[in-house]
Amino acid sequence: MTDEIVVTAPESTLTAMDRVRLARDPNRPATLDYVNELLERVVELRGDRSFGDDQALIGGLGTFRGRSVVWLGHQGGTNTKENLERNFGMPRPEGFRKARRLMAHAEKFALPIITFVDTSGADPGISSEERGQATAIAECLLQMIGTRVPIICTVIGEGGSGGALSISLGDRMLMLENAVYAVASPEACAAILWKDAGKAAEAAATMRVTAADLQRFGMIDELILEPIPAHEAPRDTIQTVGERIEHHLNEVIAEWNKDDDASITAMLDKRYDKYRVMGAWTTV
Amino acid sequence: MRSFFQRQGKFRPLTKTDERGQDAPTIPEDLWTKCPKCGELLYTRELERNGRVCTKCSYHFRLTARERIDLLVDANTFEEWDTEIRPVDPLEFVEPGGSYKDKLVKTQKKAAENESLITGKGTINGRPIALVVAEFKFLGASMGSVFGEKLVRAVERAVDQNMPVLTVNASGGARMHEGLYSLMQMAKTIAAFHRLGEHRLPHFSLLVDPCYGGVPASYATVADVMLAEPGALIGFAGQRVIEQVTRQKLPEGFQTAEFLLDHGMIDQIIERGNIRHTLTILSDHYVGRPATAQTGYPKGLLADEPIEEEETVVVEVPAGGEA
Repeated sequence: MTDEIVVTAPESTLTAMDRVRLARDPNRPATLDYVNELLERVVELRGDRSFGDDQALIGGLGTFRGRSVVWLGHQGGTNTKENLERNFGMPRPEGFRKARRLMAHAEKFALPIITFVDTSGADPGISSEERGQATAIAECLLQMIGTRVPIICTVIGEGGSGGALSISLGDRMLMLENAVYAVASPEACAAILWKDAGKAAEAAATMRVTAADLQRFGMIDELILEPIPAHEAPRDTIQTVGERIEHHLNEVIAEWNKDDDASITAMLDKRYDKYRVMGAWTTV
Repeated sequence: MRSFFQRQGKFRPLTKTDERGQDAPTIPEDLWTKCPKCGELLYTRELERNGRVCTKCSYHFRLTARERIDLLVDANTFEEWDTEIRPVDPLEFVEPGGSYKDKLVKTQKKAAENESLITGKGTINGRPIALVVAEFKFLGASMGSVFGEKLVRAVERAVDQNMPVLTVNASGGARMHEGLYSLMQMAKTIAAFHRLGEHRLPHFSLLVDPCYGGVPASYATVADVMLAEPGALIGFAGQRVIEQVTRQKLPEGFQTAEFLLDHGMIDQIIERGNIRHTLTILSDHYVGRPATAQTGYPKGLLADEPIEEEETVVVEVPAGGEA
């Protein structure tokens, strides 16, 4: 990818569960903090055009380092009222359908996409099932993998399962040192395998959910250090993340030309290959 | 009349009487199977002849992947792919009962399969098709790395050989023991089907009981034609999870195939006996009929049943679709 020295996380006494707690800290900067700090001329674009608007998965237009982009991100609340409005950052089908719509929108106008991943997962409610939660996520993924513009994704907090994955398929995947990304929450994993949600710490450790783990597995392109945890140094963290997004976006854009089909195909082939190799198996 | 499971001669359902062999005394319980829906006591041989569909109430019993394949494809046409791929333990995952490695060994023995997905090609009434069939008995057909790799290879071969893909999807969700490797299989499989679509080859998805989590939240619900078996439970979140989180009573028929049809999530509910018929017609519409294949469309369950020639080709709406 690049010739640069790979940044790895320093030795730490923090356990996986400590990282989970840091990732969930209510004062940790969230999508809107990044959008407000890093983007100018921000216009939120709302609604899925078929049922409603989901404030747990938001998006719109903005100027990032002088360039118009489409941004997407999960957003929870900082108090009870906001959390109810934003469903604790757990998107419903409308959120995924809006994300899909905005990706197609970005494609139509050849605008790069930047995403901020921060959710405990997709909403597990009755009405979400009625409106096709699984299909909504799947359609979002299908759109994203084939979207003909550069996509840079960053896990800024908790990356929870399919709800997180829905805006995480891109050309580059960045992750903050104290962010986590897991197939299921440690509590859910503990409840299923240990029959005891209280064993979340054990589950978190064995599930390998930290940025350092995922870097080792080749699932992220860059680990962004947090010399001071993000909630204690929000501005610095946001600026560092902005620099790294800019760096990766510039690299991808350098090889991409919206009017040149061959360059778009090459980018999509690379994106395909990125996910094609993910997996661990053996042959006999 | 032979049982359709035995017509290929390579697969027999593992009932206790079969395992004991011919000389073992026949135990009456094995002769009869109770229908969990209507309670009818069914003669097991008769049930198998009917594709494990209750002859009284049409309840669709679950099938193993191999029973399913045997039921779908023309006799002796199934060629299995990628049998050499085996799971590993990339996280060195430890749970209370022991390691994932141990669990795999036990499961492989119990399920008599190496992993939770069987892939290959066969023909349905002479029409070639790539098959991707989940084995629920293997760790709830959870989507681990082997599942993803076998699926992607099958789809890539379908592209190379210009074939449609049928996926038969049952799953309990992610393979938690493989952590994010499991989640990434959602990305990997959806990418493969995106590529299949770019080659204008169709994906037919058949959802069977039960189908939850990452499988319906990825490739299984974005097929070109979405089919489901009657009564199958299908959803994103499991019913227990929803009850715990929402503390609400789930509505009658919640997450059944009929519920999905009512909510516009699937194209049709297909009774097991009509699936070959439907797939034959679909294949002809999307990729055309091979010159060597018969022109008629088979009715009924058995591959060797006589084909009724039709004067005009009409896509039938099966009775189940009106539920």
